[in-house]
Amino acid sequence: MNVIETDGLTRVFTGRPERKNRMRRARHVAVDHLDLTVREGEAVGYIGANGAGKSTTIKMLVGILVPTSGTVTTAGLHPLKQRRALARRIGVVFGQRSQLWWDLPVRESFSILSAIHSLTADDERARTAELVEMLEMGEFLATPVRQLSLGQRMRAEVAAALLHRPELVILDEPTIGLDVLSKQRLREFLVAQRREHGTTLLLTTHDMGDVERLCDRILVVDHGRLAFDGTLDGLARTVGARRELVVDLATPHGDLVDLHGAEHVRSESDGLRQRLAFDPQRTTAARVLAAVSERAEVLDLSIAEPDIEDVVREIYRATRG
Amino acid sequence: MRNALRAYRVVLASRARSQASHRASFRMDLVGALLVGLIEFTEIWVLYTASDQIGGFTLTQIMLVFGLSDLAFSLADLVAGHCDNLPRYVRAGTLDVFFLRPQAVLAQLVTSDLSLRRIGRCLVGATALTVALVLNDIDWGIGTIGLLALALACGFVIFTAQFVTAAGLQFFLVNGAEMTNAFVYGGRYAATQSATVWPRGLLVVFGAIFPVAFAAYLPVVTLLGTPGVAGLPAWLGWCAPVAACWAVVVAAVCWRWGLRHYRGAGG
Repeated sequence: MNVIETDGLTRVFTGRPERKNRMRRARHVAVDHLDLTVREGEAVGYIGANGAGKSTTIKMLVGILVPTSGTVTTAGLHPLKQRRALARRIGVVFGQRSQLWWDLPVRESFSILSAIHSLTADDERARTAELVEMLEMGEFLATPVRQLSLGQRMRAEVAAALLHRPELVILDEPTIGLDVLSKQRLREFLVAQRREHGTTLLLTTHDMGDVERLCDRILVVDHGRLAFDGTLDGLARTVGARRELVVDLATPHGDLVDLHGAEHVRSESDGLRQRLAFDPQRTTAARVLAAVSERAEVLDLSIAEPDIEDVVREIYRATRG
Repeated sequence: MRNALRAYRVVLASRARSQASHRASFRMDLVGALLVGLIEFTEIWVLYTASDQIGGFTLTQIMLVFGLSDLAFSLADLVAGHCDNLPRYVRAGTLDVFFLRPQAVLAQLVTSDLSLRRIGRCLVGATALTVALVLNDIDWGIGTIGLLALALACGFVIFTAQFVTAAGLQFFLVNGAEMTNAFVYGGRYAATQSATVWPRGLLVVFGAIFPVAFAAYLPVVTLLGTPGVAGLPAWLGWCAPVAACWAVVVAAVCWRWGLRHYRGAGG
């Protein structure tokens, strides 16, 4: 069954009338004849540059915005006419806007939301306990939301959106601004939720790590149109999304060429720091590191994720010809 | 239905608790609201030191108009006054969150806050009303009590509807709070006066379009038998429910229109 289905979905924003010619208004096509289907249980990464139409699409999927033309069905419902029924079946996290009560302890936000979604007392207790444990929220459950760190708040936001066990979860930039550990924790939680409840996931992100660890399908949107629809492998094949291992060596060393599975990108400071690109589908950072260690002593290292902007730019270049 | 009400009750209870947790600021707000109400009454009292009668009303008579309309307005303010916050909610994105919950957006807006400090204002209105009822020469009976209750209930509905109307219009005029305040708070002020002193334009605006004259002035004219605006029948005070229905219709239209505009424009 399709959880999300759009057909020719289009959204045009019209600006204010121009000064000189009152009949003319600036038109901006945010979403342009978009045909999307997301099947039950899928985890879909919805990526694109800023202003490509991601948030506009999401707002139409959940019933905040009216499409200019085309149709949209979410969880089998009409988002505008059946908004309230839909709200019971989906969970949405907008990274930039909170659905918690900022002056209340986290715990109270959960109990208010439980009342809003008509959970029974037993159900509320069980579900809250489950989420608190999985997202490790015990230590800040009694803290007012306004005093939470960003990582803590995002965990609470995600828990709030998932309290009523929605069948579809939409996350708009869920990991923005989070540190590595918080990101990892959140991703593990979402993977576990999918495994246990078969939750369908749609997320927008600027973080390639989110896409790699969470999504089995990727949609790239460009100027409101679908530029790519496929798997991560397919995306990597199309744009060659490689990671970079940056090693700092104990002594200057000649360029580390001919390493198995890695390609030398460039050296800095007479070869003290070297950048090696590798394809995460074919080898691992550990193997590349082992290969480097055979030749030189490594003092420090870091791994640079491919920038999602670069990936998107590559896709845009490929599709626009 | 019971579940739906429980959700609103839980939200309101949490609002009340969060205010009670800041005791000092709550007390100051309460006293502040009380003072504002007193100053407004003093203003009327000062006017009457210059003249025994204004617009056919004596001080004790106008006190009845003031008490009735001020109490109705303060109660409406308590329930729906924070509809004024709508532009802030729009800017902060809180309104989008309302769309993600299985409740009516307006109901969520109304229950998003409960300003208990506004009880201070209610006290001023209630006191003025009580004193006026004692001082005036009222022919007590079922009819009188009925008329007073009707005026109070309808006044509450009319003022509440004004707040919702203003909120609906705010969707178009994101910085238009000044404009909507003009008729919400201007209407409140006008309602505490005798309509005979209003210029004709105001009579149309506050008698018919935003019918605050029905909240206190017209029922008091009927109640006390004082000479009203020339050409208007004395029984007009009984028509407050008609005015209340009209105000609700205007509010519903404005709100729906505003919401559609928001969903159309994307905030």
